[in-house]
Amino acid sequence: MKSNASPQTDAVAPQDERIQKVSFWKRALSRPELGALAGTVLVLAFFIVAASGTGMFTPAGIVNFLEVAAQLGIIATAAALLMIGGEFDLSIGSMIGLAGILIAIPAVEYGWPLWAAIILAFSCAALVGWINGNLVNKTGLPSFIVTLGFLFILRGLAIGISRLLTGRTQIGGIHDHIPGDWFAALFSGEVATGLFAWMASQGWIATNFAGNPVVTGIPVSIVWWLALTALATWVLLCTPYGNWIFASGGDANAARNSGVPVHRVKISLFMFTALSATIFACLQVMDTGSADTIRGLLKELEAIIAVVIGGALLTGGYGSAIGAALGALIFGLVQMGIFYTGVNTDWFQVFLGVMLLVAVLFNNFMRKKAMEAK
Amino acid sequence: MSERTPMIEMCNVSKHFGSVIALSDISVQVHSGEVMCLLGDNGAGKSTLIKTLSGVHRPTHGEIRLNGEPARFKSPAYALDAGIATVFQDLAMIPLMSITRNFFMGREPTVGWGPLKRIDWKLADRIAKQEMGKIGIDVRDPSQPVGTLSGGERQCVAIARAVYFGAKVLILDEPTSALGVKQASVVLRYIAKARADGLAVIFITHNVHHAYPVADAFTLLKRGGSLGTFRKEDITREEVLNMMAGGAELESLDAELAEFQRSDTERADADTSGVRPPLAAGQ
Repeated sequence: MKSNASPQTDAVAPQDERIQKVSFWKRALSRPELGALAGTVLVLAFFIVAASGTGMFTPAGIVNFLEVAAQLGIIATAAALLMIGGEFDLSIGSMIGLAGILIAIPAVEYGWPLWAAIILAFSCAALVGWINGNLVNKTGLPSFIVTLGFLFILRGLAIGISRLLTGRTQIGGIHDHIPGDWFAALFSGEVATGLFAWMASQGWIATNFAGNPVVTGIPVSIVWWLALTALATWVLLCTPYGNWIFASGGDANAARNSGVPVHRVKISLFMFTALSATIFACLQVMDTGSADTIRGLLKELEAIIAVVIGGALLTGGYGSAIGAALGALIFGLVQMGIFYTGVNTDWFQVFLGVMLLVAVLFNNFMRKKAMEAK
Repeated sequence: MSERTPMIEMCNVSKHFGSVIALSDISVQVHSGEVMCLLGDNGAGKSTLIKTLSGVHRPTHGEIRLNGEPARFKSPAYALDAGIATVFQDLAMIPLMSITRNFFMGREPTVGWGPLKRIDWKLADRIAKQEMGKIGIDVRDPSQPVGTLSGGERQCVAIARAVYFGAKVLILDEPTSALGVKQASVVLRYIAKARADGLAVIFITHNVHHAYPVADAFTLLKRGGSLGTFRKEDITREEVLNMMAGGAELESLDAELAEFQRSDTERADADTSGVRPPLAAGQ
């Protein structure tokens, strides 16, 4: 009966007869992303019916809503890790605006190569994240307040620097700098273009009048989104650092008493959110060819919505990166779905708020269930 | 017995917080394979004493010797490294995390190399299940959240974790105070087992009935001072209880209880006779 009688041989321990076979459903119910998965299926089914024949689910339409989801998903992934680690970052949106300016001004106004400007932006973001993390650690203030301060500081810096150096708040003409820049190439264009051309030649996707496929490839933002989600999931589920994130968010004091470097974990998470905001900014700047000081407005709140819909607890210690990705996907589906179905887009925010409340209620319910699953 | 070097020893330790003398001139020795029970009422200085032992506080006077060597701990982490594991009342457990994740929190076993270094979940789950099995707790699924365990089981996870990670001195802060009879007995059995494994155990409690069966010696604290250390063979359960709570207080409590009982029976008598007793029946 006792499985510890022979520790060497029980690697292939016989199935303990006292273990009840836990059904797949019961197991799934204890995962944080379940609600988001159900929500995704629901929203998808709704728009497949409501938006049938509108082009939302043609290849071009799919790429459209995936691109919306991808941009949000990139920052939501980082926000998810941070929220699981027990903190918020409200400065993400402003960091997007500032990072855009930091890329555009040196490149356009001072002739820096684009890669150098991008590295400058990433360095500044890392510094902002480091300051955020240290302020939260050292002062013991809630991260809500500290990063709310930085929401205004960074936005103000973006506008101030931009006006001071260029006299404008918009900087365009970045497209001219992209060709030939190895680093910028990571943030612009599409991948698998050959595959899409081949699929068009097979008649699987529609072509335009010139014989080119209507969708020429997968936007690079979607690749970033999937890669970051996969990376974050790996970190959370498989690495000691992931365990430290859960522990720091679950109970920082208990974690510290067990030898988890809570401060270092939190600083690195704040740096990751700022860096993810910069990735967002890079993609946006390369895509639109311009930077604008008001870019990224309210993105921090959208990221938090995606994370919460994805099943994370606002109090920390529980959540998933896959959930955040699904939250972002729901976001993209609804935003584009409302556009395609012709509903006045004014209603988008109403829907978003309702979604958030439903998700939180559902999550609380599920967490109670998980604690009862004896 | 006194020839052996004690595993842990407090020599004339005092701790002052400003003008408050929380501990004064305490000397305690615990050998390996021995359970020392620290008894004392609220405010006796039990918590200050264990916090001093576990590195949270530094003693104002006196010193702590570990295996004969003077030890000064800068933080709980240093004490932990030296082999002094403290299971505090809040257990350092995170309810939403799995048993395995809690068990290995901060000390995860890994496989792989460089960026592919990852937690060895198979090994971790097996060890967690095995260590819990050793103390007679049958964990069906080590990936279930700690929040689904009962209080006694949680306490055992915390103790099992401390023992597994090589504690030589185990300090338990009121491990049975919030537990039912059955759960407390699980924890007490485990304390006896830790002693058999050669650990020096310091067991803080104010429940003599929990302390007496497992303890080898008792140290009684009162108002920051020590009332002395007694071997189990030299003292009875009633004597311990008397010293701890102050015999006089218990006697007066006894008298009060007798008074309640008397008035209860009087009232019952009056009820059966069908006459409502006057309000001041008991006086």
